[in-house]
Amino acid sequence: MTDVKIAARDVQVYYGDNHAIRDVSVDIKDKTVTAFIGPSGCGKSTFLRCLNRMNDTIDICRVEGDIAIDGEDIYDKRVDPVQLRAKVGMVFQKPNPFPKSIYDNVAYGPKIHGLARNKAELDEIVERALRRGAIWDEVKDRLTEPGTGLSGGQQQRLCIARAVATEPEVLLMDEPCSALDPIATAQIEELIDELKQNYSVVIVTHSMQQAARVSQKTAFFHLGYLVEYGETGHIFTNPEDPRTESYITGRIG
Amino acid sequence: MTDVIADGAPAGRHKGSLLAQDTRTKKRNAAEARFKIYGLFAICLGLLALVWLVTSIISNGAGAFQQTFVTLDVTLAEERLDKNGNRDPDDLRKVSTFGYAPLIAEAMEAKMTETGIAVEGLSAKDAAALVSKESPAQLRNFVLANPDQIGETVTFEFLAGGRIDGYLKGRVSMESAVRDSNVSPEQLMLTDAFVEAGVVEKRFNWLFLTAPDASGQRPEAAGLGVAIIGSFYMMLVVLVLALPIGVAASIYLEEFAPKNRVTDIIEVNISNLAAVPSIVFGILGLAIFINFAGLPQSAPIVGGLVLTLMTLPTIIIATRASLKSVPPSIREAALGVGASKMQTVFHHVLPLAAPGILTGTIIGLAQALGETAPLLLIGMVAFVREFPDGPPEGLFDPASALPVQVFNWTQRSDPAFVERASGAIIVLLIFLLIMNAVAIMLRRRFERRW
Ligand SMILES: Nc1ncnc2c1ncn2[C@@H]1O[C@H](COP(=O)(O)OP(=O)(O)O)[C@@H](O)[C@H]1O
Ligand SMILES: [Mg+2]
Repeated sequence: MTDVKIAARDVQVYYGDNHAIRDVSVDIKDKTVTAFIGPSGCGKSTFLRCLNRMNDTIDICRVEGDIAIDGEDIYDKRVDPVQLRAKVGMVFQKPNPFPKSIYDNVAYGPKIHGLARNKAELDEIVERALRRGAIWDEVKDRLTEPGTGLSGGQQQRLCIARAVATEPEVLLMDEPCSALDPIATAQIEELIDELKQNYSVVIVTHSMQQAARVSQKTAFFHLGYLVEYGETGHIFTNPEDPRTESYITGRIG
Repeated sequence: MTDVIADGAPAGRHKGSLLAQDTRTKKRNAAEARFKIYGLFAICLGLLALVWLVTSIISNGAGAFQQTFVTLDVTLAEERLDKNGNRDPDDLRKVSTFGYAPLIAEAMEAKMTETGIAVEGLSAKDAAALVSKESPAQLRNFVLANPDQIGETVTFEFLAGGRIDGYLKGRVSMESAVRDSNVSPEQLMLTDAFVEAGVVEKRFNWLFLTAPDASGQRPEAAGLGVAIIGSFYMMLVVLVLALPIGVAASIYLEEFAPKNRVTDIIEVNISNLAAVPSIVFGILGLAIFINFAGLPQSAPIVGGLVLTLMTLPTIIIATRASLKSVPPSIREAALGVGASKMQTVFHHVLPLAAPGILTGTIIGLAQALGETAPLLLIGMVAFVREFPDGPPEGLFDPASALPVQVFNWTQRSDPAFVERASGAIIVLLIFLLIMNAVAIMLRRRFERRW
């Protein structure tokens, strides 16, 4: 049930001369929500983007160390990042639907990965993804309308639906609620809770309450180091490292 | 309470009434008002210049679209045109335009008798000179095309000579005719009488748009046909070459190329190329396409290639700007669902950048359409009367171009060509307006999608 999905060993990330991630080793479990917390600029996003090689798109970024998903090194030369990203979906801080219809937003991933043989299958995939994104009921009558016309919270759920449409195994979320109001945030959190039945979810958040609410495991980053990693309940009630304690009690960050 | 706040406040805090402006505010407001007036003045000056330009061009050039025609009934006498009477095309072709001139003179005499118009001291030859020197050729072309009409009497509308046309347009007067060896006051009197009788008449002149250029003695027959086709061919070449090359180069530079010294140098040079005087491109074209590659002079293909070189930087700069303006979040979204870089660009970035690219391209084309200097260097200034063939072979035939035709006509001595040149400018401006309108339309259309 809770096997290791992603295993990272001694990961170093450099942006030019800036050593942004230092010696990070972590095991992320399957069908679990793992939260990355820490003061801003500590490297949460950077590390998250290593997990689907989004950092490849930044010229000056260099990643060292091993990251394996299901035991396969994702930085192996033979790995095509395009295939990897179908397996490791990502949801961004700011909702970023394509300026296309709601249907096309969700259908795009399955289309380019050839997941549907015909229109009926594609329709089915889109509906399933929108249901998983908990937005089906709100948009089922207006699938042809632009995704950019939805409210912020709806857009973010559409982006989640778009990410799950390619049938990923891991879902990375970088502060998915930071641009949303409390009600939309609550909806997304509920959704994350459901998603963990099928996926390994990794969420970056700057809200400790959110981490406490949705995650089972929490990793605390500070100045590029992974300071502490463990059961969420344990980290919040009984942190072992003084830096974690200061952050949780509001003294740093 | 208020005293306490005032005491703690920094010196200079506003103490007076809100209803009265203090000196600082007054100064600021005055400066703002002055600035607005400067701006308004600048805009008015610009508008005034524009209005002046447009009215002067239109008042000079509108006449080119109107031309004076003389209606005559010509008897195509068989004994002059076909002595053997067998309608053999080769025999018919042996009769030169000089053989046709007497027919027109006869028709003119007949017309004068018919209408009862007589002008003292006007010889039959001078009366016949009312029609353009182009007319015998017109007559000959008709007969060669319709040999069966020989022996019949056919009604023709001949172009009136340039001076007669000028008289109806107010360019030539009785006084100037006295001093003019090309026209006499008697001819003008005959014209007056013919206008009354409805034989001579000013009408809209399609020939101006369809006819080829004519020699310096026949301004009335000169048209823009070859120039329009030449310009059209060149635009075709520019569009077909510059758009794909420019867009491909921009996409590579913007999305794929590593950011290093080499790409930096390329970038700087593209910006510099956009500022290079167009005549330099003309010299380059002369050296490369004509002297080295051996392409024919005066051909639209060479003009098109030169203009392509000139337009490329404009298109690349516009395309890169519009690619840059596509938000990075769209790229991230596409990459995030596993699109390759190329899919990201072609499925998401390019459609969003398309309006900007199109606008840039059309502006580049419009620039190229009005370009004269480089075309002069590659020989497009030649006098061309033959229409080029259809594309693609026609691209290699000699042709003229609109701006070059304008330049050409302004060089000629007959004042009637001033009107022609202004008319050509009007045509050029109309084409430019249409292109800009299309640019705006396309832009709206693409942007309205969301
Ligand atoms: N694209 C980038 N280029 C250069 N440096 C970057 C880039 N993204 C992040 N960094 C640097 O890496 C460090 C970690 O940033 P980030 O991972 O965004 O932190 P967090 O998400 O925890 O706020 C910061 O010092 C930041 O300046
Ligand atoms: Mg971040």
